[in-house]
Amino acid sequence: MPPSVIAVLAQLPDTFWMPPSASSYSGDVDRVFYLILWICALMFALVAALMTIFVVRYRRREGKAPPPAPSFGTALEITWTVIPTLVVIVIFYFGFRTFLDMATPPPNAYDIQVTAFKWGWAFGYPNGHVDNRLHVPLDRPVRLVLRSEDVIHSLYVPAFRVKKDVVPGRYNTIWFQATKAGEFDLFCTEYCGTKHSDMATVVVVQEPREFERWLDDAGNWAEKLPPAEAGRKLWEIRGCKQCHTLDGSSRIGPSFLAIWGKERPLSDGSTVLVDENYVRESILDPSTRIAAGYENVMPTYRGRLKDSEITALIEFIKSLAPAPAEAGTPTGGGEDGQR
Amino acid sequence: MSTGTTTTGAGATTGANDNYLTCDRGIRSWLLTLDHKRIGLMYMVVILASFFLGGLFAVLLRTELINPGPTLLAEEERAWDFYNHMFTLHGAVMVFMFIIPGIPAILGNFVLPLMLGARDVAFPRLNLMSFYLWLIGGAFFVWVLLSGVIEVWLGIDLPGGGGLDTGWTFYTPYSTTTSSAVVPALLGAFTLGFSSILTGVNFIASIHMLRPEGMRWFRMPLMLWALYGTSVIQVLATPVLGITLLLLVAERVLGVGIFDPSLGGDPVLFQHFFWFYSHPAVYIMILPAMGIISELISVFSRKHIFGYKFIAFSSIAIALLGFLVWGHHMFTSGQSALANAIFSLLTFSVSIPSAIKVFNWLATLYRGSIWLATPLLYALGFILLFALGGLTGLFLGALATDIHFHDTYFIVAHFHYVMMGSTLFAFIGGMYYWWPKMFGKMYSELWGRISAVVVFIGFNLTFFVQFVAGSQGMPRRYANYADAYTVYHQISTIGSYVLAVGLVMVGFNWLHALVRGRTAPANPWGGNTLEWHCPSPPPHHNFSRPQRVGDPYEFRRWRFDPEIDGYVRVEGDPVAPAPEPAPAGTTDS
Repeated sequence: MPPSVIAVLAQLPDTFWMPPSASSYSGDVDRVFYLILWICALMFALVAALMTIFVVRYRRREGKAPPPAPSFGTALEITWTVIPTLVVIVIFYFGFRTFLDMATPPPNAYDIQVTAFKWGWAFGYPNGHVDNRLHVPLDRPVRLVLRSEDVIHSLYVPAFRVKKDVVPGRYNTIWFQATKAGEFDLFCTEYCGTKHSDMATVVVVQEPREFERWLDDAGNWAEKLPPAEAGRKLWEIRGCKQCHTLDGSSRIGPSFLAIWGKERPLSDGSTVLVDENYVRESILDPSTRIAAGYENVMPTYRGRLKDSEITALIEFIKSLAPAPAEAGTPTGGGEDGQR
Repeated sequence: MSTGTTTTGAGATTGANDNYLTCDRGIRSWLLTLDHKRIGLMYMVVILASFFLGGLFAVLLRTELINPGPTLLAEEERAWDFYNHMFTLHGAVMVFMFIIPGIPAILGNFVLPLMLGARDVAFPRLNLMSFYLWLIGGAFFVWVLLSGVIEVWLGIDLPGGGGLDTGWTFYTPYSTTTSSAVVPALLGAFTLGFSSILTGVNFIASIHMLRPEGMRWFRMPLMLWALYGTSVIQVLATPVLGITLLLLVAERVLGVGIFDPSLGGDPVLFQHFFWFYSHPAVYIMILPAMGIISELISVFSRKHIFGYKFIAFSSIAIALLGFLVWGHHMFTSGQSALANAIFSLLTFSVSIPSAIKVFNWLATLYRGSIWLATPLLYALGFILLFALGGLTGLFLGALATDIHFHDTYFIVAHFHYVMMGSTLFAFIGGMYYWWPKMFGKMYSELWGRISAVVVFIGFNLTFFVQFVAGSQGMPRRYANYADAYTVYHQISTIGSYVLAVGLVMVGFNWLHALVRGRTAPANPWGGNTLEWHCPSPPPHHNFSRPQRVGDPYEFRRWRFDPEIDGYVRVEGDPVAPAPEPAPAGTTDS
């Protein structure tokens, strides 16, 4: 049995266990993994083989007395105490050594500010650009400074073998150096509520030159577009989309369709006119006035959206209202967006 | 022992009026009983019901995950909420209401006093109180959780509902901000915790005070050592959980800032408090299972347990070391690299006593006379699954690899191998082993073995593939997932159906044994611990006179008697072993 187990293990494709490796230390992590895997396979084969042999060889037979056998052996006990102890010390050492590399960012690392919120990511670059995809330059150490708007999240990039919790009220940091260009999955791995499993995005690893060009362009795309179009793009990439639909269906927050200029019932029983100031307040201080029928779950965007971006979002919502002729007539708002 | 060719244990057909099941009738005689055996059976009914509930939701969870995207409910957000409530219910019910109380409250209650040759536990009234605390806390807890699932499913509001969507771990600040009914759920868990503490106190007192003449500490059956270690953890660790849960209530209800950073608290502090209980609780779950395995391996090999003292001390070592490793649940939380290194090293130290146990069990099989009866099949399954579960723990104790595996399906697979593959297998094996003693009825050996194989295959089909999914980066607690992971989820879901079929077969076998099983002899397996010295089922007062014991693993005085299909005790020279006939009970009736 053990030879066949080994044969099967040896024939597995390289990526059967660990996914493709794409960071400077992911190869080291994989080496620790395969070291432990082989130790496990050997130990398990040993246990399974001994068990099978004993069960077959010493099965109960009619008319045959069990042969006398010892019930204690100091030498044996010492052997199977000392050998596992040495083995785990070796495993600890290799696991710890690689971990130290993973925990110590090089001093020249490129800093990116990461904000996690329910349910999305915002990656802030030194030039002020904020993106919902993590663009990083190839072959350059990158340090992520993690903070959370609300509950604990966790940033995980399987291809980089990197993971760290994003804890509200403190900064956690991680670093990595991408060694392959391309797109890699980025997941949230700390349970954070309804859309935890949709809180995924990608890491885009680019050649340094390409990265610089992207960053220059990305920083001012919003100004180059008409405000309503810029607003739609912001809705898509800055997290609004997770909760606010454009088709009138109700998700975690009210839909943006045809709400502009209408009276909206609030959770305290009063109503409010959806105008520039209400939208602005809902973005910056979302918990002040809650639309009736919804939970108070939206995080504040204070400090995360520039004034010009808020204006663009307002223009976008305005553009979703019905044709101007109807918009002027009072329709007794509030029939939309409710379950 | 008195003289004569056969003594205690021979009375396979003791007067039916005398046994604990029939000595008293009526519902009151059960609900107000102080008899440890009846309390054990009442626990059995409610804990198995909890297991059924938790298992039902496991199957529903696996069904939701058979494809990416919403499966059980059409609408995305509702499907995700439904999933989140369901996985919380599955985890919380299985942990708090099945795995933790399962073996101590059912089998421990039943066999501990019998193994001690005692009439009951040290504090019978406290024992009944534990049961009612469990019942109150459990009913409350289940209602809160189940109502939440129903509410999301049907889109209605139920009285006293609200559900729980935090996972069984209640991590802050999610748990202090979610709109689900965290406080009622916490109070339910708090009450269940008290039941656990009182049972622990009772067992410790019983083992200290009630041991019969001749039972020195190192003459105790290893099951008692395991229950002793478990009880110590229950008494020391559970209060910390109680306090933590109360602090959480204080924060949610009174707004006292303890864990929520916006109130000046620290969310990671909660994780420290929580795992200070919940890591030792892992050993509450596995230690009694190890105790059962030690009994089964020895009895069914008809050989003295190998390395008795090492197995006994390793139980205590696990109980104590288990208190020092809680930080390994927080390697990615941002705690210092130094703390991570220390917790990693300490974590590896727990693996040593576990390895010692496995090797001693294997050495017990060596040159034994091995009877592959159903209980031993589960014990062998336990050794394999525990070996896999324990060995995969090495990946998680090592820092570099844990960073990658933390909160992925690798963890899910690992703890199901240890919690379910090991503890559940030992529990089922123990139930089969003591079933004849509890009810005086034999189960079907053929169906017992077939279902054991089905359960083993189903289990591995369900969970082994999750190691692979986790290595590939599939995060846990995901209602939805990337397409690349579909194949792993589908294999796992199919496995879970096989596993469910196997477990239903086990349940039917037990019920069938109750109704149609043939009458059990006093000692069908040839065990030498004291419960096999009294009739099956035991009389109300267990033993008619004080017991005197020798070595619990000395089987040579028990000879197989084909007429009663069980073992009888013979006096005479124990040193000359007689030929061992194959027991007739291996074929089916």
